[in-house]
Amino acid sequence: MQKKDLGLLVLILVGGAVGAAINPRFLSPINIANTANLIGLFGLFSIAEAFVIVTAGIELSVGSVIALLGVIFVDMVVNLGVPWPAALAITLLLGAAIGTLHGFLVTRMRMQPFVVTLCGLLVYRGIARFYTSDATAGFTFGASFPSLEWVFSGRSAGVPHSIIAFAVVAVIAWVVLHRSVFGRHLFAVGKNEEAARFSGIRTARVITLAYVICAVLTALSAVFFAMYTRSISPASHGNFYELYGIAAAVLGGFSLRGGEGSVVGVVLGVVLLQMLQNLVNLLGIPSSLNFAVTGAVILIGVLADQQFTRYRERQRQLHALKHATAEGED
Amino acid sequence: MNAEPSLAEPVTAATGFDLQLRHITKVYPGVVALDDVSLGIGAGEVVGLIGENGAGKSTLMKVLGGVIAPTSGTIEISGETVDGLTVQQSFRHGIAFVHQELNLFDNLSVAANMLLGREIRSGWLGLVDEAAMARAAQPILARIGARFRPSDRVADLSIAEQQMLEIAKALSMKARLVIMDEPTSSLTLSETNRLLKIIADLKAQGVAVLFISHRLSEVQRCADRVVVLRDGRNAGRLDRSAISHDAMIRLMIGRNLQARATGEAGSGDDSGAADPPAALEVANLRTHAYPGSNACLTVRAGEIVGLAGLVGAGRSELARAVFGIDTAAAGDIRVGGRTLAGHTPREAIAAGLCLIPEDRKLQGLILDFPVSANICLADLGAVSRNGFVDRRREARRAGEQRDRLNIKVADVARATAELSGGNQQKVALGKWLALEPRVMIFDEPTRGIDVGSKAEIYALMRRLTERGVAILMISSDMEEVISVSDRIAVMCRGRIAGVLEPPEFSEHNVLTLAIG
Repeated sequence: MQKKDLGLLVLILVGGAVGAAINPRFLSPINIANTANLIGLFGLFSIAEAFVIVTAGIELSVGSVIALLGVIFVDMVVNLGVPWPAALAITLLLGAAIGTLHGFLVTRMRMQPFVVTLCGLLVYRGIARFYTSDATAGFTFGASFPSLEWVFSGRSAGVPHSIIAFAVVAVIAWVVLHRSVFGRHLFAVGKNEEAARFSGIRTARVITLAYVICAVLTALSAVFFAMYTRSISPASHGNFYELYGIAAAVLGGFSLRGGEGSVVGVVLGVVLLQMLQNLVNLLGIPSSLNFAVTGAVILIGVLADQQFTRYRERQRQLHALKHATAEGED
Repeated sequence: MNAEPSLAEPVTAATGFDLQLRHITKVYPGVVALDDVSLGIGAGEVVGLIGENGAGKSTLMKVLGGVIAPTSGTIEISGETVDGLTVQQSFRHGIAFVHQELNLFDNLSVAANMLLGREIRSGWLGLVDEAAMARAAQPILARIGARFRPSDRVADLSIAEQQMLEIAKALSMKARLVIMDEPTSSLTLSETNRLLKIIADLKAQGVAVLFISHRLSEVQRCADRVVVLRDGRNAGRLDRSAISHDAMIRLMIGRNLQARATGEAGSGDDSGAADPPAALEVANLRTHAYPGSNACLTVRAGEIVGLAGLVGAGRSELARAVFGIDTAAAGDIRVGGRTLAGHTPREAIAAGLCLIPEDRKLQGLILDFPVSANICLADLGAVSRNGFVDRRREARRAGEQRDRLNIKVADVARATAELSGGNQQKVALGKWLALEPRVMIFDEPTRGIDVGSKAEIYALMRRLTERGVAILMISSDMEEVISVSDRIAVMCRGRIAGVLEPPEFSEHNVLTLAIG
């Protein structure tokens, strides 16, 4: 665990302790389970976003993809009678297709990730609204899919399945990013694409794969969200989620210039953001201030982190100076 | 700063300028970059600052520019002691830099670059007055004999012209001290002569010039005094009469240079044997830079072929096409008899070909990565199991290359950016040596590298050829091409104009072919 992550952890613990002291309901099992559920839901696509950010890219269509794939999934299950495991597989495949398209446009057509995914944001949202004729898609009253509901919105021993899925994805993502050859290539491409190419790394493939991983995880998240809200209004479902994911990643130490960040950081970032929202509700702060609080915390967090890094750098220099003068001439 | 046309006047007021750095020390974590260094320079004086890479020249420049603060020591400018010199103060005292890497905006015009941040405005909206800026820039360009116009776009200028623009920019700021860092490294001979003439003019006008270069003959020609740094300390100074090539080298490396790294092990001794097999064959290669020219070239196992030519002859383009960074317009590339059809670096590497690129900071290395990650980057498979990087094996492999190449770093987990230029180049080399390549292409392997590291790299190349590696060395340094190569191929506008055997080696022959 890096020092950066440790700072976030301390912030979470202190914030949690203060919150609990003011309103003990913060630590009630119901509140914890609900918050955990939200952490799981938002965490899935935040990790997805991190995969693209580490390549120095950006994925702005996350929210729209969640809306589009959400309505398609619900439509398949409710109206077309597709067995849900098949519908899930199709949804993930559609996600992979979207990711491949984005990767293709970014690497082969040399378009800027911001432009590609901004257009994605508009296009997928539009298709979702057209697909449902701008009507809310959802499970009709009384409709029951016990196994589907248990898998995506159920709990085991009180633990919401969404956060279990998030934990599993986070562990796999950590191994992939920080221990695998592919992960090393991702960081290399994000930091210096030219040097990576001169080292024989297939940069186009690496980047495309990052977009595919991102979109598949987003698709998984779309199914979780569909089962969580149970009804999807295509015009607003998932709005701003991409910015939430970017915020969590940045708070967790990812640099938008690429090549930096850790999965532990983004996980802690998600936890912190959800905890804050929860505290805003519990402490009686007007919920209209929600965004303002989130924005201020991210700003202060990133600022504090950079100041702390500079401070440590100065300390290191001072230490080295003492060391050098003690050793004298050699 | 006001930017009236009058800024072109010769800086006669500068005669009082005097800069004294006394006992400057700068300590970084684990490294003492400067240790009690002193340096003085006055108006109308040209001082050459030389030293191997890592000797502390760059750090000293940063201190002068106010970019970094020295750990201890004093800076005195024209009799006034300056505490905590900032970038703005340095600028106000008339200290200007012409950097090795040019800091120009190639999307803007010459005049816009020269007066950046000091744009001349006019009208009630305060809009930029292009015409007035061009009028202000013109006399300065004339003063250094530039042939381009203020309205030209920087993107259309040659490297040499861009360098002149940097100098003009410095003069437009009423510079009293111009610091030039390796200004000739990418200039042709005639351009270099022109630069040296400009330096002489500046001197006559009372401007002080600090000239940093590895090209000792140029230092010898222009410097009134030479200051030598070694390992972050003053290694000595030479006055005009004492400046000589040998004296400078002696001070830089602290000993006499060994007999040239070539010669003894050259090509003569294996003349009786049959020709070794061709390791790299390039047939009728057309690059996108010169789609109308065919390049044909063969490099045999165990030989060093120097690839000479003027800047822009298409040598780097050839290397990039062979390695698969760029696709070729046409042509065959064979490595060890195997045709490379895919035109990808991956395929080339698999065939045993590697390229040590010209720009190590941008292409050769990921500077923020640890030394170990850089060394293993091209072949992570060798230090991983089932797709996972084994960090212990990675560190061990990096350690082996560090010892083999004598890379000066205590811990291979340190960021590569912390190393000196020569050591960074060795890291870029170590990345490939671990792969045991069959053919190595070096693009300007010793550019910006000190004498000592140069000798080490030549010796390493020779050891590699003894083990059967074929080397293609692109170099603009004539002396290097002639002394290191077994054969010299000369390139001219995208084609191989000729190949010289040792008896025909001479600067004259190479140049004749290069000019075409």
